[in-house]
This record gives sequence, structure tokens and C-alpha cells, in this order.
Amino acid sequence: MKKIHVIASAVALTAVMSSNAFAGATLDGVKKKGFVQCGVSTGLPGFSSADEKGNWSGLDVDVCRAVAAAVFGDAGKVKYTPLTAKERFTALQSGEIDMLSRNTTWTLTRDSSLGLNFAGVNYYDGQGFMVTKKLGVKSALELDGASFCIQAGTTTELNLADYFRANDMSYTPVTFDSSDETVKAFDSGRCDALTSDQSQLYALRIKLGNPDGALVLPEVISKEPLGPVTAQGDEEWYKIVRWSLFAMLNAEELGVSSANVEQMMSSSDPNIRRLLGQEGIKGGGLGLADDWATNIIKQVGNYGEAFERNVGQGSALKIARGQNALWNKGGLQYAPPIR
Amino acid sequence: MADEQRVVPEPAKAAFWRRPAVRSLFFQMLLIAGIVFFGYTIFQNTLHNMQQRGISTGFGFLNSEAGFGILMTLIPFDETYTYGRTFLVGLLNTLLVASLGIIFATIIGFIMGVSRLSRNWIISRLATVYIEVFRNIPLLLQIMFWYFAVLRPLPGPRQSMIFNDTLFLNNRGLYMPSPIYEQGFWLVVVALLVAIAAAVLVARWAHQRQEATGQPFHTVYAAIGLVLGLPLLTFLMMGSPLSWDMPVLQRFNMGGGMVVIPELAALLVALSIYTGTFIAEAVRSGILAVSHGQTEAAHALGLRPGPTLRLVIIPQALRVIIPQLTSQYLNLTKNSSLATAIGYPDLVAVFAGTTLNQTGQAVEVIAMTMAVYLAISLSISLFMNWYNKRIQLVER
Ligand SMILES: N[C@@H](CCC(=O)N[C@@H](CS)C(=O)NCC(=O)O)C(=O)O
Repeated sequence: MKKIHVIASAVALTAVMSSNAFAGATLDGVKKKGFVQCGVSTGLPGFSSADEKGNWSGLDVDVCRAVAAAVFGDAGKVKYTPLTAKERFTALQSGEIDMLSRNTTWTLTRDSSLGLNFAGVNYYDGQGFMVTKKLGVKSALELDGASFCIQAGTTTELNLADYFRANDMSYTPVTFDSSDETVKAFDSGRCDALTSDQSQLYALRIKLGNPDGALVLPEVISKEPLGPVTAQGDEEWYKIVRWSLFAMLNAEELGVSSANVEQMMSSSDPNIRRLLGQEGIKGGGLGLADDWATNIIKQVGNYGEAFERNVGQGSALKIARGQNALWNKGGLQYAPPIR
Repeated sequence: MADEQRVVPEPAKAAFWRRPAVRSLFFQMLLIAGIVFFGYTIFQNTLHNMQQRGISTGFGFLNSEAGFGILMTLIPFDETYTYGRTFLVGLLNTLLVASLGIIFATIIGFIMGVSRLSRNWIISRLATVYIEVFRNIPLLLQIMFWYFAVLRPLPGPRQSMIFNDTLFLNNRGLYMPSPIYEQGFWLVVVALLVAIAAAVLVARWAHQRQEATGQPFHTVYAAIGLVLGLPLLTFLMMGSPLSWDMPVLQRFNMGGGMVVIPELAALLVALSIYTGTFIAEAVRSGILAVSHGQTEAAHALGLRPGPTLRLVIIPQALRVIIPQLTSQYLNLTKNSSLATAIGYPDLVAVFAGTTLNQTGQAVEVIAMTMAVYLAISLSISLFMNWYNKRIQLVER
């Protein structure tokens, strides 16, 4: 009789599982928990990496912080889940994390059949190659027959195959789960080249035994628009993430930064007044407080500040703005207006 | 009816539904129905939820082009093959490392298990140290250790260590010539099969003769002679229908020949050494389980220690060893999935890793992967149970 009892309760449990309502649930859940659970990389300097004390920082981390600032008025209310490339989508699909901000490329497959929504692009990237200077290679086209260290479950794996097929060259992939192993294997000479998104090559180079002995080749073989992702089915949450990023971009465009946001409160420019929640729609459409964007700018900064601090001149990576400059400064970063 | 009952007074039969057999059947069926219903509900639920969240389902993806490369493939593969093919590639790589690992671990385990009981102090101490050290370090650490320990000291391809101009060792692997079979080679294969069959017959005949007359026969030498000699003779008669594809240094890597990649080597070493410790302990306990009287009796009959171990102790010990061996084989097979940590392209790394991630079809991919491990494990169990039964029957 006991057995039957167990089965009955198990069946009841599944019945409960089947009736899980979905839309709008993430924001409620986040508010109830009191923090945003954000998926990041396992450690990629400049994008998402933790210091000895376990404090996360980076350009991708700043998107998580911006969302927390918008929802709670406190950018610190984030908990991080380090994920390898392989683990990241399952973590999002299963609801283990509320959002993913981990140098993830926006592609048709991912957007259309993995149950994901890409909320925007926080870094325009492209795939590149890193080799040791000793190898004496100047261009990727000289790499016929070489071995490549790559990470499993990335667009990198696919682009590499495409590039060598298109150029009628042969290659050997050596595929690892985590970026640490990938770098270590490259460092021990298992492969001739390490290939990944170019920004990540600069970040991973710092982790090499002798960073100066490595060289990033000039070729960029793919488009890698990297951005934050949410699970499909919760439009409300998706829009909060998307507009948190847009607020950072609009702030840069309007010249509002963490340093001057207090003075800007008294600006008479209607664009700035709308951004800072003094007139217009404010936070209402997103279900957020009126000062949602103000909090993002105060606590995280605008996009330009975040860029320079994490990957630009204020960081060890010293990456130029390039394609990631604003649209009116010759780059691709463009956010719809707040009005 | 009523009359009859009075004539033959037997205890009143219990009502149909109160009979224990019927009841137990009923409840067992209820239980099975419950389980089936439970499974079905979960399945339906998952499908429904996935559809709602825009996650694609079904096995159609197995026919689409994979678009990525794999380091080591036992069957032809490149990025134009399908996801279904990546399943096969991964499966074969898993079977390769598991079967080689089982062979090596068994050899190491038997040698070490017997050594630990050796009367020679140094040998038994060495075996003890081996067992205690490698049994107590987590396997993943050992795999990483061997991988980077193998990789670090080896030179790059251009500074390969060369043996005899045919073997090349560098940090990309051990390169050796690969055979190219020419016309007529199939006859050599046939000769080999015939020789094996003949060796089996000889062994049987020798055994029967020894049973009948007590005369021993050098079966081992005869078998070796047959199995080596016959194919060799055929090979020479056919005019050596075999040539070699030699590895040569190209700009970055070696080309041609065959290669044992460092990932395979490291994984194999780690799995064999680790599992070997457990097998050694199983062997030791098996031998200790055979009463000492057996040894004394064998010695009294004039058997030397070698044959005593081989003919008297081991056959009896096997009955204790085999069930433990089975579970070690199962462990080794399942542990081989740690391959993914060092980039050996086994089923978990290739199919449940890259393929899962590129297609996003987690439920299907994981179900297929679990089914494979289940099938492998069940096959090992079935085989070992069959073998166990066979040696049990020998008991008199
Ligand atoms: N943009 C690529 C991701 C590339 C990727 O994951 N790159 C590696 C660099 S080797 C990485 O960031 N690894 C960090 C980690 O695994 O924590 C994609 O979306 O597939």
C-alpha cells in the first residue's frame, strides 16, 4: 500500500509541474529572490572574471549589474553562475539562471530553435587566430595542415570548419570543454594556434605563460555579434534586459555618465529628461521604477565608461572602440531612442 | 454444489479477490500501470513545455550536416557528414578506449593483485604502494596529470624523437606507419582464421588426450606456431601484398601514417592504472578466499608454486573475482566519459557535447547517450554473468 501512496504523490507532483505559468514569471521570481541570477563565463578577463575575493567584473558582468540596477535600484543584487560554452544554453532553458551574459554569438539557429531570445549586442566581434611568434606565420591562409585548440559548443568550431573548407585547406581540431584547458593545451604546444573571438584572444593571451610570445593574426573570419540572452516565453523580462543595455548606449550618446548624472538631473534637454525619468513614459512600460535608467548610469555607468574600464584603455586589454564605437562616431553601436 | 461440500469437507475457498496470488498480481499490475503512466506524463509534459518555449524537438537533426571537425575518427568523417555520424564517431571512440582500458586494467590488476601476496618483500610492498596511491587519488586529477605530464616534456613536431626512421614521437602524438593492403591480402586473413580454428582443435585434442592418458602436450607452442606460421607462409607465397604509408613531417604536423593521440594515451593510462588498483584488490581477496589447504594439498601432490597458482588457486579464486571484475569493467566504461576534460573525442565530448550544443536538442541527445551507456553496461554484465555461470558449473 505504501508503494501506491508514493506513486500517487509522484503523479500529483507532475501534474503541478505541468501547470507552470510562464510569461512575466521571471521578474516576479527575481523580485521574490531579491537578486538576478546571471550566467557568465568561467573566467575571461575584461568580459567576465572574478578576482581572488570572488567579485565579478567585466563588460558582460556590467549588463547583469545594469539589469539589477534597473530592477532593484542596486547593481550589487546579482549572483553569478560561471558556465562553459557547452553548459550555457541548458542553464537558461532549465531556468537555472535568469539571464545569460557570456560572450554569446547571436545566430539564426540559436534564436530560432533553442528557445532563446537575444536582447541586443553589447560587443561586435569576429573570430581570429592566435599563434606563437616562433611559428613564423603572418596570415591565417598559411595555416594549412595546422592544429587548432578550440572550445566545445561554440560558433568557433563551426567557423573554423567553414573557413578551411572554403579555402580548401586541412586542419586538426583539438576540442576542450573549458577555456582553461584550451589555453593550457595551447601553452604546452598541443596546437599550433588558438582560435576564438578576437576579443577573447586578447583576454586569453594574458593567461599564457609568456603573453609576449603570442601573436594575434590580422584575419577576422566571421561575424560574432555578442549579446545578453533570455529564455523565450517571457517577453516582459526580455524587454527589461534589452532596454537596460539600450539605456547604457543612450546615456553615452547623450553624454550622461556616472560622473555627471547628478548635474544632468537639471538638464533641460528633453532627451536627457526622458532618459532620467523626469518626463515621458519613464519606467512604466517596463514595469520598473521611474529612475530605472538613472540607477543604471549612476551605479554601472554608460556603455563607453563600461567599455573603457573593462576592455579599453583603462584595462589590461587595451582594445580600441573600433566597431563598438557609437553609430555617430563611426561604429555600429546604435540603440533605439527612449521616448 | 452444496451437497458435494458436505460430502468432502474441505476448507471454504477464499473469495476470488481475497486470494493472495490474485491480490499480488493485481497490485503489481497497478504498480506497473502507475509507472507507465508516470513516465508517459513526464514525457508529454516535457514535449509540451519545450514546444511552448520554442525549443525544437524530434530526431530530424540527425540527418543535417554537422559542420564541425573531430580530432580522431575511426571511420571517415569531416564537417560535411551528419550529426548522426558524429554519434557513431563518438560511440566508436568510447568503445575503443573502454575495451583497451579493460584489457590493460585486467592485466595490471592481476599482476599487482598476485604481487601483493608475493613472499618477496619488495614486490609485495611495491604492489601495496601502487594500490594505495592510485586508488585514493581522484580519477579526474589523474587524467589531467597524465595528460599534461605526457604533453609538456614532448618536443614539437619539428623536433620529433625518431626511432628507427619509422616511429615519430612528439606532442601531437605517436606516429607510425599505417598498412596499405594490396591485392591478395584477404588470403592472409583467411589463413589467420584457419590457423585460429586449427589451434582450437589442437587444444581440444590435447586436453582430451591428457584426460585419457595423462600425457601433457605443449599446446601453447603449437598454437603460437600455427597462428603465426600459417598466415606468414601465405603472406610470403602471395608475394608480400602489403606496403606501408610512412609518416612524414609537413609544415606544422606529421602527415600520413597512423597516430596515437596524446589524449587517448593519457586517458588510457589513467583509466587502466586507476581501475587496475581495484582489480588488484579483487584478485587478492579472491585468492585469499581459497583455503590454504588447497595450496598444501597441491604441494603435497608435487605441484610447483607456479602451476599451483595457475591450476588450483586461480580457477577457484575466479568465482570470487568475477563479480567484482564485472563492476570494475562497468566503472571503467562509465569513467571513460571523463575524456571530455582533456579533449579526447568520446561519445560524451562529441555527441553529448558539441552536437548537443550546436543543435540544442538536449533531451534527444542525452536520451541517446544514456541508452548507449546502458546498452554497453548491460552487455558487459550479461557477458560476465554468462562467464561466471560457466566457471561456477565446473565446480564438482
Ligand atoms: N562567441 C562564441 C563563444 C566563444 C567562447 O565561448 N569562447 C571561449 C574562448 S576559448 C570562452 O569565452 N570561454 C570562456 C569560458 O568557457 O568560461 C559563441 O557564442 O559560441
